[in-house]
Amino acid sequence: MSPDFHEIWVYLSASPLAGLTLTLVAYQAGMWVFERFGRRPALNPVMIAVLLIAGILMVTGIDYRTYFDGAQFVHFLLGPATVALAVPLYRQFQQVRRSAVALLVALLTGSAASALSAVAIAWALGASERTLLSLAPKSVTSPIAMGVSEQIGGLPSLTAVFVILTGIVAASFGTWVLNLVRVKDWRARGFGLGVAAHGIGTASALQANEVAGAFAGLGMGLNGLATAILLPVLYRLFFG
Amino acid sequence: MLGTLTLLLSCQLAGELTARLLHLPVPGPVLGMVLLFVGLLVRGTVPGPLQETAGGILRHLSLLFVPAGVGVMAHLNRLGEEALPIAAALLGSTLIGVALTAWVMSVMSRRGPDAEGSGGAGNGKNAR
Repeated sequence: MSPDFHEIWVYLSASPLAGLTLTLVAYQAGMWVFERFGRRPALNPVMIAVLLIAGILMVTGIDYRTYFDGAQFVHFLLGPATVALAVPLYRQFQQVRRSAVALLVALLTGSAASALSAVAIAWALGASERTLLSLAPKSVTSPIAMGVSEQIGGLPSLTAVFVILTGIVAASFGTWVLNLVRVKDWRARGFGLGVAAHGIGTASALQANEVAGAFAGLGMGLNGLATAILLPVLYRLFFG
Repeated sequence: MLGTLTLLLSCQLAGELTARLLHLPVPGPVLGMVLLFVGLLVRGTVPGPLQETAGGILRHLSLLFVPAGVGVMAHLNRLGEEALPIAAALLGSTLIGVALTAWVMSVMSRRGPDAEGSGGAGNGKNAR
């Protein structure tokens, strides 16, 4: 490398600007692929962006922490975006109120089934205890999931990865499985995606239908609450 | 836009402070969402700029998960060693969770007084 290039490289690999720009460019590349090939859910833009960025970081030898220094500005917006979910929720409030009982029963069933089946499947296939505990809260939005993971003895950063992968699975195969069980009601479809797959499920529900998006946002919030309260209690019952 | 962003951040901040002061296990942004929701109920309508900005942020909601997703790099060893149990658990439990939640919800709301004919025909044996 010539000295000039070296200097530029040192600047780029240390500046938050590069990580931030890379995140936006990779996501738009993911969106482009997604649109270009007929919006097939298996070509999830988040997955494409993550693979692209991880690949670039590995090739260039930049570590995750350095990348995150820039990308944290995007990450930070998760907070205000969660608050903003109140808007679609409010617009669907009449519908939400009418189906309150159905929502509550579905929430408790779905929340328990997601956590228990994840732990049961991984346990049956011989996963380590650390992995099991990190898997349990993976259906809820990352800040809650990481907090719960820490409380029950998992690895919060591993949980964060499981959370994202869960969302990608739901965004990729959610439509398929919902058609398989023949649920056509947008409220139920959205609620299922939100309860089982937090914000990424909600994003994919929002893309499909506004009613589905509102119920997904509600499902994400409610399962966040339910998991934060119930999972540590369950853990103490089984392991304590 | 600026006013709305301030409103969203203020709700989040209020949520964070409440969670810390009362030692609630709930993250600040979720409480912030509840707060904004109550505010909208009181007001009775969604102001135009809020509708616009919220719609704009939520349209690109999935972008916001990319930075955390790249964190997968830090755990490649564990993910490699336990690839099968992890992949099976994530795939299986997520599909079970989505299908079962949606199925229970659609069956329950069809039985309720508000059945509007929009519920799909659930099929139990595939939901488990």
